Amino acid sequence: MAQREIELILLRATARALAIPIWLMGLDGRLLYYNEAAERILGKRFDEVGDVLGEELATLFQATAPDGSAISAEELPINIALQKQRPAHLPMRICGMDGVWRRIEVTSFPVEGAGGRHLGAVAIFWEVETT
Amino acid sequence: MRVTLWGTRGSLPAAGPETVGYGGNTACVEVRGDDGSVLVLDAGTGIRRLGDALGADVTRIDVLLSHLHMDHIQGLGFFEPLYETGREVHIWGPATSEDSLRERLGRYLSPPLFPVRVRDLESHPELHHVEMGAFRVGDLEVRADLVCHPGPTIGYRISQNGHSMAYLSDHEPALGNGTLPKEPEWTSGFDLASGVDLLLHDAQYSDAEYVEHIGWGHSSVEQALAFAKAVGAGRLVTFHHDPTHDDAWIDAYTKRAVEAAEPSFDVIAGAEGASFEV
Repeated sequence: MAQREIELILLRATARALAIPIWLMGLDGRLLYYNEAAERILGKRFDEVGDVLGEELATLFQATAPDGSAISAEELPINIALQKQRPAHLPMRICGMDGVWRRIEVTSFPVEGAGGRHLGAVAIFWEVETT
Repeated sequence: MRVTLWGTRGSLPAAGPETVGYGGNTACVEVRGDDGSVLVLDAGTGIRRLGDALGADVTRIDVLLSHLHMDHIQGLGFFEPLYETGREVHIWGPATSEDSLRERLGRYLSPPLFPVRVRDLESHPELHHVEMGAFRVGDLEVRADLVCHPGPTIGYRISQNGHSMAYLSDHEPALGNGTLPKEPEWTSGFDLASGVDLLLHDAQYSDAEYVEHIGWGHSSVEQALAFAKAVGAGRLVTFHHDPTHDDAWIDAYTKRAVEAAEPSFDVIAGAEGASFEV
């Protein structure tokens, strides 16, 4: 597999060093990495999941609005950052691979590398409460 | 192509009797293609002697800067071809989202740091931002990519007639990469250096010194060996020696690191004046 861009390599290194949950997505919609803090919320170790494509992500967790109503994939902050290349924020509920529903807040931003290259997107999220 | 080292020191020139073996000049490497094309990798203090040695038959010179830290540009103002009409000089360097290469070089090549401004150089050098990817200089194919070092820093791979060399003078692939060198996809510089016949790689520190300098953008001798092994380099030339390391230190430490790593390729501590056919 081809080497990733240096900006993504350094972002992954940063995520590995931080204790806040971080999710890193490539330009092709492929999940590239989530860190140990995110593993706790998503309910599965990244090494057990691997780098999966966008449509497969739906099998990793379910997402709803805080009131339980449906939200579309297009509303997810990570997809807004990836496709519209702008930051986005959303409170939501997710059910991870451990089957536990959690209320989280998600902030995403696009990854713009040197020369303005669009390389992917990052989501930072944190748990608000467990329901 | 022939690769000649004109400066192998990192960070700061280190002149003195204790460094005459490996040299005290900072980063500068000449790559001369079979067709006579001349590439100069970085413009550390070693570039002064290179400028004096270039023959009059060299009418075009391309200086490829890895980045603009002082030890990589300090010799630029003393590169004689820049003051000669009749030479075509191109200077290539990394782009940033803010100032142009001319503006950034101009911070050094202008008073009070230097008496001559870029615009006053008689050769009227052409300045270019390096686009990531491949481009040609004469018969030499140059591939550029950003590598792990503070600030925009470029590694180069140069190929001709099926042979190749890579120049990763300031490079810290181990930063945040606890699995180095086991994940090529997540290893800075891997594609640039993959399978090269000759790899010039940062080896500024000992492993013990590296621990005290994580994030400074450099590698230990041991990490350079591990990286070279991972990419399958044909030969490794260690480069960017720390200014505090004298000849005896480099000899002893390199020998010890090679004995421990048992590489299947040649390892040569980069010395000023050394030349390699690729």
